[in-house]
Amino acid sequence: MGLELTKDDRDMLDGKHGKAARKAMEIITALGEIYGAKRLIPVSSVQIAGVSYHNLGEAGLEYLSDMAEDGQVRVLTTLNPAGMDLTEWKKHGISESFAKNQERVVEAFLKMGVIATCTCTPYLIGNLPHYGEHIAWAESSAVCFANSVIGAMTNREGGPSALASALTGRTAEYGFHLQENRVAQVRYNVEARIENTDDFGLLGQVIGARTKKAIPYITGVANATTEHLKSFCASVATYGGVALFHMEGLTPNRTQVPDKTEVIIQDELDAARSELDDTDIEIDFISVGCPHASIKEIAEIAEMLESKKVAKEKTVWITTAKPTKDLAVKMGYYDTIEKAGAFLVSDACCAVAPLKGRFKGLLTDSAKACFYARGKNSFKTRIRTIEECIKEAIA
Amino acid sequence: MSKFEGRKIYKGRAEGEALVTSEDISFYGGCEPDTGVIVEKGHELEGKSVAGKILVFPSGKGSTVGSYVLFALKKAGLAPLAIVNKETDPVVAVGSIISEIPTIDHIDVSKIKTGQKLVVDAGLGVVSIVE
Repeated sequence: MGLELTKDDRDMLDGKHGKAARKAMEIITALGEIYGAKRLIPVSSVQIAGVSYHNLGEAGLEYLSDMAEDGQVRVLTTLNPAGMDLTEWKKHGISESFAKNQERVVEAFLKMGVIATCTCTPYLIGNLPHYGEHIAWAESSAVCFANSVIGAMTNREGGPSALASALTGRTAEYGFHLQENRVAQVRYNVEARIENTDDFGLLGQVIGARTKKAIPYITGVANATTEHLKSFCASVATYGGVALFHMEGLTPNRTQVPDKTEVIIQDELDAARSELDDTDIEIDFISVGCPHASIKEIAEIAEMLESKKVAKEKTVWITTAKPTKDLAVKMGYYDTIEKAGAFLVSDACCAVAPLKGRFKGLLTDSAKACFYARGKNSFKTRIRTIEECIKEAIA
Repeated sequence: MSKFEGRKIYKGRAEGEALVTSEDISFYGGCEPDTGVIVEKGHELEGKSVAGKILVFPSGKGSTVGSYVLFALKKAGLAPLAIVNKETDPVVAVGSIISEIPTIDHIDVSKIKTGQKLVVDAGLGVVSIVE
């Protein structure tokens, strides 16, 4: 019984390393006590969520500014997307006042030594933990990817608790940091056609809704690319709160195979698609890149847009991380995409940008994007492959 | 005078009137940060303000952004004086810590009624009904 602390932990809790470290340690130890952790463990990587000013508001920003007075990160720490492209926001229709506030948020993080990556796919651009590494990540899609696809170990942190781990380099040892909590609980055999990112998103939606938090062991998926898996992770975490899954032959964690097997058939995926397809939709917004697009996806999109023109009444956002955008500039993909009249937007995405009221209907390949487009922005939605999305854009 | 013993989540002492619900609270989307009023449709406390009360509820629910709502309430002088839970969830726990709101849990919240005068000593993990 009781949470054992090292001398260093205690010093932080006593304020010997400053105000922010003390507050951070209070958060870590309280969570440890609530979840019955026996000790704190070091983490080597942190991903912070709660970056868009749209979600944080003035109070959230004030908290970050307080922490930034004397807080300094102790480990590699990266950031979730912001509410706008931090350099090209003007041409995307973001207001001056929003931009100013968003910049204040990023400045507070920079002051603490956070690397302002502003992406939900840190694993694509340099925050890539290895198998078995203990980390403290927020952003549910990245949590799911880190635990499942990489085999690193993290709980589903919130913004303040992830920041607390960054400032102390510690987390409480409970939940997914313990091997006994990472064992598969229900087997799902997929008897359906799973080919593109939209299919993987729909599969995530079906399994997420069925399994809730029970850890799935998935069989019947023969092949998957990193892009497919990131789409699946985003969806299964959004619709089910899943932080860890096993996919036979594709993910690295060893686990017992559950006796209980459920079957997933094509009809269910079709039903999931119909659920996300609003019938009376007028598509004026097309977005690909939830989670952030990889350089491979951007290369493919550029090829589809070569010498084409986006229809006048449509806005196209391809969202990605800044380093990936820089690479796209170097490779000429950026010019091709922008010449066609689409935007290659970095740092932000259609789920966290202040877009309410600007569009009516979203076409996307992402099941997660549909969820937020409906819930936060009251857009109608349709889900298709990336190729179909781009075809619609230039139709 | 009835006295209940629970567990400290965040230290501090407060005296005040209880506002009690048997339903969980989502601060993000469920409580207005600039008024302290519960706005979740159909919630037992819909239309009531948590400001200056000792807020007694089973547990928190919903998005982790809820922690920042408690912080916003505190900054605006509209936070509860203290929080008493059956089982504090991480969103409320983190919210209490960053906002320095005395908070305890492992309390049978059904034993407390709205309007009763309470003393919370969160450091000791004790809540007492004084009237």
